[in-house]
Amino acid sequence: MRNRAMGQVDQERTVSAVVNGTPREFTVPARRLLSDALRHDLGLTGTHVGCEHGVCGACTVLLDGVPVRSCLVLAVQVQGAAVTTVEGLARSDHQGGEVLHPVQEAFRECHALQCGFCTPGFLMTIAAGLEARDPAQPVTDDEVEDMVGGNLCRCTGYANIKKAVHHAAATIREATR
Amino acid sequence: MKPAPFGYADPRTLAEALEVLGREGEGAKVLAGGQSLLPLLSMRLAAPTTLVDINRVAGLDSIESGPDGVRVGALVRHARLLDDAAAAGVQPLLARATASVAHPAIRNRGTTVGSIAHADPSGEMTAVLALTGGSVTVATPAGRSAVGWQDFFVGPLETSVHGPAVVVDAFFPALAQRSGTAFAELSRRRGDYAVCGAGAVVTLDADRRVSAARTAYISVGLVPQVHDLTEAVAGRPVDTVDWAAAGALARTLVDPDTDLHASADYRRLLVGVLTERTLAAAALEATGRTP
Repeated sequence: MRNRAMGQVDQERTVSAVVNGTPREFTVPARRLLSDALRHDLGLTGTHVGCEHGVCGACTVLLDGVPVRSCLVLAVQVQGAAVTTVEGLARSDHQGGEVLHPVQEAFRECHALQCGFCTPGFLMTIAAGLEARDPAQPVTDDEVEDMVGGNLCRCTGYANIKKAVHHAAATIREATR
Repeated sequence: MKPAPFGYADPRTLAEALEVLGREGEGAKVLAGGQSLLPLLSMRLAAPTTLVDINRVAGLDSIESGPDGVRVGALVRHARLLDDAAAAGVQPLLARATASVAHPAIRNRGTTVGSIAHADPSGEMTAVLALTGGSVTVATPAGRSAVGWQDFFVGPLETSVHGPAVVVDAFFPALAQRSGTAFAELSRRRGDYAVCGAGAVVTLDADRRVSAARTAYISVGLVPQVHDLTEAVAGRPVDTVDWAAAGALARTLVDPDTDLHASADYRRLLVGVLTERTLAAAALEATGRTP
């Protein structure tokens, strides 16, 4: 990446990015989707690939803190950026283990997943959606619909997913009080 | 589905971007947000030889709101335009229509100007550019020129811009005095492509009588069009207007297509309903802006 001629056209590039807090370097063909780079080049198979054209939301990750479809970003585009996948959602408990993110906890509590295929995408979308709002305000049904409307789930019928958003929002509100 | 192989460049300046586009020729394509382009690549509906990624080009990410209108740079994401209170104050249609663009994750990455340059007649912002009488600025190695919306849209996914060129911004003129706007669309699922959508602008005279009523639609027709419905409602006091008459007129002016999602007849029906609804809402807003 460094010292290249400006405007140079490459078929392949070596990309440096901070993934789940750790600096990583990987060499990919220009056409490699971020979703594939995460799974195949970095071994982070928590990011699921559903439709691969931006419709299902299963591959949603955070790019510099905001949710994006990783199948609609090229791996070469994340040079210098921070990427967070579902593997980076839980926090260390400082005793060698991990503590689930409030959204993950809420999904378990509310039975918001069945087969689990779509779950990583929902978790990333909702975690960022709740992060971006004022936690003191109760989350409205309309907000929840807008937040999760871009993610498809074929098992649950969405009722428990929406319940989990409310549950996580309440947990976060309690924690910030 | 994976994109076919291509070369990739991420120039830092506009001059460099144009230089690479010129050098790489016909097979080169500009990449901005990629939220329409990457699906096309993955489905192999497009197979450019080179992608020129403009995300690192300096100076394309500003929103300039002034008394004349709002100029939106090529790298402004939908989400940012949606949250820009100054832009919404000058031209309220911007935030209204942007809110209907897909889902938050798409709005975080997709650009408003890219959506216009993609020229999909189901794209909200193509209709907004038309309805506001807007234009785009096209940069080529020869310099910059403004292209009005009528001259820009040629067909579905087709514009009048060819050769080495980058659409560097879009300009949306300010909402006129004593005017109001509204935007509504109907889709099968929240955030999905609209089966039909409508934007409306209503202008009143000093006596609060309708002096102009215009609409533009999405997912109706091959290119954005503005329909002047004033004759159906002209001169009527704003609180006694029969907006259904404007809806009926609109139905006779559009020529929608049948596809998997809706028949042409159903789309025409929706044009009538959404016209009536958005004109009434726009008139209400215009009333609030008329002393």
